[in-house]
Amino acid sequence: MAQGNNSIKKVLIVAFALCIVCSVIVSTAAVALRPAQQLNQELDRKTNILNVAKLYEPGMDVEEAFSEQITARVIDLDSGEYTDEFDPDTFDSFEAARDPATGRTLSGDQDIAGLSRVENYATVYLIGDENDPEQIVLPIRGQGLWGLMRGFLAVEGDGNTIVSITYYEHSETPGLGGEVNNPRWQAQWEGKKIYDEEGDLSPAIHLTKGGASDDYEVDALSGATLTSNGVTNMLRFWLSEEAFGPYLAKFRSGTEPEDAEGTDTDFEDVEGA
Amino acid sequence: MADVNAKGVLTAPIFRDNPIALQILGICSALAVTTSMSVSLVMALAVIFVTAFSNLFVSLIRNHIPSSIRIIVQMTIIASLVIVVDQILKAYAYEMSKQLSVFVGLIITNCIVMGRAEGFAMSNSPGLSFLDGIGNGLGYGFVLLIVGFVRELLGAGSIFGFTVLQTVQDGGWYVPNGLLLLPPSAFFIIGLLIWVMRSVNPEQVESNEFKMKENTQPKEAV
Repeated sequence: MAQGNNSIKKVLIVAFALCIVCSVIVSTAAVALRPAQQLNQELDRKTNILNVAKLYEPGMDVEEAFSEQITARVIDLDSGEYTDEFDPDTFDSFEAARDPATGRTLSGDQDIAGLSRVENYATVYLIGDENDPEQIVLPIRGQGLWGLMRGFLAVEGDGNTIVSITYYEHSETPGLGGEVNNPRWQAQWEGKKIYDEEGDLSPAIHLTKGGASDDYEVDALSGATLTSNGVTNMLRFWLSEEAFGPYLAKFRSGTEPEDAEGTDTDFEDVEGA
Repeated sequence: MADVNAKGVLTAPIFRDNPIALQILGICSALAVTTSMSVSLVMALAVIFVTAFSNLFVSLIRNHIPSSIRIIVQMTIIASLVIVVDQILKAYAYEMSKQLSVFVGLIITNCIVMGRAEGFAMSNSPGLSFLDGIGNGLGYGFVLLIVGFVRELLGAGSIFGFTVLQTVQDGGWYVPNGLLLLPPSAFFIIGLLIWVMRSVNPEQVESNEFKMKENTQPKEAV
């Protein structure tokens, strides 16, 4: 090895050149492959929606099944009506929650799911006839033990009976809280009811210890009290009048949500709500 | 290694100088990713790619690397390659990358990659170093696939996801051995594998570093 290799000048040149070359390679790979990665994430999301609606079979063409059977619509959470304000394909609930025009800050006692900010609009996925859906898939999210859990809840067309629940992103302890994605635990949700009284907007569904005894109780995950609390809290939040309550209420009372043609004008009012 | 020729550096690490079985490197990831054959295969390919190209690039610039920062230079090259592999997997093998999760990223800390870059590529020509990287990657992959084969066959009753032994859960006769799906089982399998390889090649057996003294007799102690 040449002695000159260890001079300060040489060390700096080599380190600098190496950093430039490596960062160019890494960023080229990241940028060039991003479209393919986003496609995969999109496909993964659609697979999860089909999965929670119990329509997924291994090996099926997810894109085709999704476009045939599922309609995505954006709803106004406050009124529970559909809105054409946003394109359901590009509507991003995270961005919407952050933007002051489409999201709001929750006060301490409202914020049971630990979200701090929440959007005023949400994308729902309707299975079957758009005007009289067999199932409605609702996006839910909230704090678990270690971090944010994001998932879907599928509800039957009566707006009250649960079909299934799934989490596509969580960081719970494998084997304990991570069991939220155990098919055996998920199977318990089928047929459970969300609300116990007609017209009431506060959900009765919750996780319970020591065995579920009625239609509003689901067995908690053993060894994962905080994850179970997180699941209960996020359901209590997302199904309350703060979120999907008004929307689901329309299905429960039999008046399907309408296409709000004139919402463009009262958009400003909604923002202040 | 005495024979530094192309064939030697490519094939020696598979049986005679296996990085896992003889040098006991890269055990951590071998425990974690070998629950099924397909995951083992993808991990093996990723490691082959990273060791081969990190060896190549380190060897190409070996005469310009200041010895004071050589480890950092090697790490930067390895880390960049691993990120590229991770991005490719996320783009073209999304399901697989979800199963491998952090273990692709942890190739950076795999001692085999670093060991070959420092031990071989720093003092050999690029062509030979590249082959040495492939050879060591193959040696690693060979052990991974054997362990994956045993664990998937006996733990889940399948090979590459195809059912071979119908399990009881699916109405068959085979009661799967759950232990084999847990990481510790890989220790047993790798241990047995090392035993077999050293029985076949007795020269691999290491001489004792020290000799244990015979137990003290009770009467001597008194």
